[in-house]
Amino acid sequence: MSEPVLYLDGVSVVFDGFRALNNLSLIVDAGELRAIIGPNGAGKTTMMDVITGKTRPTAGVVRFREHDLTKLDEATIANLGIGRKFQKPTMFDALTVFENLELALKAPRGPLACLRWTLTGEAHRRIEGVMEEVGLASRSGDRAAILSHGQRQWLEIGMLLMQDPELLLVDEPVAGMTDQETEHTAALLVRIAGERSVVVVEHDLEFVRALGSKVTVLCEGSMLSEGSIDHVQNDPRVIEVYLGR
Amino acid sequence: MAPGTARRYPFPKVPMRQFLLALGLLLWLALPARAQDAFTAALPGLAGGFGDIATSVEQLGALADPRALPILRVLQAGQLQKTANGRLLLPGNIDALTGQPADASGAETVRLNNRVRQALRGALGRLQLASPDAAERGAAAEAIFRSRSAEDVPTLQAAIARETDAGVKAKLILALAAAQLVASDEEAKRAAIARLGAAGTVEARALLIEARAANPGMAAAIDASIANIDQSLAIRRAVETLFQGLSLGSVLLLAALGLAVTFGVMGVINMAHGEFVMLGAYATFMVQEACRGIPWLAPWSLPLSVPAAFLLAAAAGAVLERGLIRHLYGRPLETLLMTFGVGMILQQAVRLAFGAQNREVASPAWMQGTLMLPGGISVTQNRLWIIVFGIAVLLLVIAAIRFTRFGLEMRAVVQNRRIAATMGIRTGRVDALTFAFGSGIAGMAGVALSQIDNVSPNLGTGYIIDSFMVVVFGGVGSLAGTLVGALTLGVVNKVLEPYAGAVLAKVFVLVAIMLFIQRRPRGLFALKGRAAES
Amino acid sequence: MSASLAAPAPGGFGRMTLRLVLIGAVLVLAMLPALNRLPADSALHVSDFIVTVTGKWITYAILALAIDLAWGYAGILSLGHGAFFALGGYAIGMHLMRLIGPRGVYGHPTLPDFMVFLGYQELPWYWLGFDHFPFAILMAVAVPGLLAGVVGYLAFRSRITGVYLSIITQALTYALMLAFFRNDMGFGGNNGFTDFKELLGMPLNTQAARSALFYASLLLLLGALWLCSSITKSKLGRVLVAIRDAESRVRFLGYDVTQHKLFVFVLSAMIAGLAGALYVPQVGIINPGEFSPGNSIEAVIWVAVGGRGTLVGALLGAFSVNALKTWLTTVAPGLWLFALGGLFVAVTLFLPRGLIGLFSKAPK
Repeated sequence: MSEPVLYLDGVSVVFDGFRALNNLSLIVDAGELRAIIGPNGAGKTTMMDVITGKTRPTAGVVRFREHDLTKLDEATIANLGIGRKFQKPTMFDALTVFENLELALKAPRGPLACLRWTLTGEAHRRIEGVMEEVGLASRSGDRAAILSHGQRQWLEIGMLLMQDPELLLVDEPVAGMTDQETEHTAALLVRIAGERSVVVVEHDLEFVRALGSKVTVLCEGSMLSEGSIDHVQNDPRVIEVYLGR
Repeated sequence: MAPGTARRYPFPKVPMRQFLLALGLLLWLALPARAQDAFTAALPGLAGGFGDIATSVEQLGALADPRALPILRVLQAGQLQKTANGRLLLPGNIDALTGQPADASGAETVRLNNRVRQALRGALGRLQLASPDAAERGAAAEAIFRSRSAEDVPTLQAAIARETDAGVKAKLILALAAAQLVASDEEAKRAAIARLGAAGTVEARALLIEARAANPGMAAAIDASIANIDQSLAIRRAVETLFQGLSLGSVLLLAALGLAVTFGVMGVINMAHGEFVMLGAYATFMVQEACRGIPWLAPWSLPLSVPAAFLLAAAAGAVLERGLIRHLYGRPLETLLMTFGVGMILQQAVRLAFGAQNREVASPAWMQGTLMLPGGISVTQNRLWIIVFGIAVLLLVIAAIRFTRFGLEMRAVVQNRRIAATMGIRTGRVDALTFAFGSGIAGMAGVALSQIDNVSPNLGTGYIIDSFMVVVFGGVGSLAGTLVGALTLGVVNKVLEPYAGAVLAKVFVLVAIMLFIQRRPRGLFALKGRAAES
Repeated sequence: MSASLAAPAPGGFGRMTLRLVLIGAVLVLAMLPALNRLPADSALHVSDFIVTVTGKWITYAILALAIDLAWGYAGILSLGHGAFFALGGYAIGMHLMRLIGPRGVYGHPTLPDFMVFLGYQELPWYWLGFDHFPFAILMAVAVPGLLAGVVGYLAFRSRITGVYLSIITQALTYALMLAFFRNDMGFGGNNGFTDFKELLGMPLNTQAARSALFYASLLLLLGALWLCSSITKSKLGRVLVAIRDAESRVRFLGYDVTQHKLFVFVLSAMIAGLAGALYVPQVGIINPGEFSPGNSIEAVIWVAVGGRGTLVGALLGAFSVNALKTWLTTVAPGLWLFALGGLFVAVTLFLPRGLIGLFSKAPK
């Protein structure tokens, strides 16, 4: 069995006495696609914050391959190969679609390197390829501020692709998308997985079913259930959490 | 008159015993007269040369004659005149001996030299010791302590024995110790060294250091006493530094409390805050001028200024918030620049209205003077009042936020504006009131600052940066943090001042805050929960 | 920060027009010292005063560029850039003081007058080397750069942003002002440096020196403009804009935000230092007043008035506000502070994109 890409063990996060994560453990293998569901406040976003270095865990182990993520800052973690799409799509409104993707493109990140940076033909082709992929080819020169919510989702997914990460953390990618776009996104994520590991947080159970992946259910900061979508949907504890209240 | 010489003359035969008795009686009756004689005998010496004057002064000092004291005082003040025929004249041309007016033609001032002055100090001291007034006697004890000589020992011992006032007695005992230090009695000297050591004053320390050279045999005892004094001096200095620090801290607290509301609670950065402080100070000035003509009101102009300053600054704050700031909510950097401009306009307006020079705001009598605490610690009254005022304003702010309807609405709007609005709270009104409240507190700070700083148009600029430092250091949005921050900065500033000077102390504090922020950025900048960043 | 601060949208006031206006303005400026040499009765004669004042404004414009690079692009609102400007000025001031030599009032061969007056026996160690012009220029760049480096590193590393950074930088310049007011700092205390005689062998009160300093300032302005625009046009410029608008998002893309901010802040401080170094020989004096927080914030308002986030805006703001100041302080001195305060209010409330915003279309 191969070494897991992401390894969380006994992770707890406490904010002012409130336990956002409670002894959470999670293992994601290389090339795996994993869906994470759970009610509001289950700790899904906090888990992503811990993995990407935004929040330091109060206790527990967080490892990406051989790296201890609890000691690293956001930029270093991103450069190790972890990309993140936020729940509320965030990009740089003052920049164009093209420029947003260019910033995300994997390349030396220091100030001087950025100053000397020139766009090679290959980089140009990659950016255009991704724009095709996310359906924004016609909006290349438009500023991100004027995109619709769905287009912003796509642009952020595109930025994630440009980063060429080993592990993608995708927070609610299909909120605000049409059914067609949702299907397209599911297909895209399935295609990406295999080469890379993908962790998707989503409320939309149809979308999760379309991913056809292993599902982890979080509740009150801990793992409640894990398995196929049918397995967790029939788990009485999950039913209790989703319907019982 | 010797009886033997009258042998040739008939003389009533008186028994020898009776004669002696009568003689004794005569002598006894004559004693006061002899004292009188001594006073009259000693006095003309004052009209002589320096040597005569000094001798005369010493003689007068040794007499317990009440007439000597005023004359010696006049002499010390350089107002005693002498005429060509040796009469001494007090001011107003009163003959010193007879107390009658006298002819002053050709009179000249009796001059003093250092020997005379020294003799005068001792003599006056001894005479004062017999005064019926305790304050006089205390002053005399202090004078002897300074002029000390071995000859004072018996006088002082006698004075101690009859002294009833505890305070004066303590001073006398110290003076006795000082005198004993220069006397030759070894035993008494040792006791004196210990007593001076316990006194713990700078003067006692100087005496001991002087004595150390003269008494090499007692060096160990003297050193121990000096160490003793140094310790108590250090404690006193520490307490005084602490007081000054607390006083500076409460000035900072007053200036920063308003910011803690507008910046800390509302998140509005108001660079015109210092100008609101300045407005408060000018309100104090105006109230004082208004009360000037009404004698029974004048002493109360300062307390009256507190509500006046609050209202003036609060009104200015409300206008600023409703008129300008609310259009810039969510844009802190623009708010900063805009309010800086407003501050500039306010300053210039006040400069044109009142002039650029400093305005005088007098302290009422009950705030003046220095308070002596046990252990020789002195605190100035107005600084003490500012500490009291600072605490009072802090309690007022806490009470307003915790226990009033307005405070409740304010907290509700801060926590969740939208929900507060759906609950029927008029959020715009609460914003205006909150900002006015914070600005009003700045105005009250101005009342306090008018007592210790120059009331001028740029009064506020000196405090605005410090106040922001207090809020940032103490933690944004926390009144307790503001209190701790203000007092800490005040005390640290005053502790550093003797070593580094006031300016460098400020620079050090600034650098220290920057380094502190390195270690506690979140604790200080109080990010509100995990949603603080988008 | 809001989206309205974006680079000017193409169209409207086009890029070409802008460039032409800019070139025209530079040409007009470049002619001023030449016109100054015309005989005084010539219609085209330009007075000494105009040349000196314009030369001073050019150094202000360079300072404005430096502030705009940090604020308009990277979102770092420094209220202490006047300190970097003043430090550069003090560095060249020390050189100018050393050049006075024995011509001072006290005639001491090495010590400046104020040191003789204060009883110095020899030059303090930190004055050594300032008799060499290249060293002084190096210090005019290095000292502000180093200070910005230390302050910036401490601040950016602990993620002090927005108004907190503004307050810290303001406190910095305030502390420096207090420190430079002290006589025992060895920088002339209250009075600072003045009575300069010459620079690089040129007596300062001559026409030749005035035009040389003017052209040096103009060259530096063009150089700074070129440097800043090559930064803003590069990917670094886009990273800075991204940091300005969504700092934490940039981190998640793998950029070390601290490094980028530090780079631009230090560079900006160095440019400000050089501007100060050209300012002092033209005005003939430097004193601790230059450190006053009011000066720094006034420079910020030049940028705001012109239009931050555009380099041309910074230049436009510096020239227009200073022209207004020079005019108003002679016509109605009491009104100037009202006008300046009013500018702060008006620009932030009604003209968030500055004068440049009037010429370019609002973003779509």
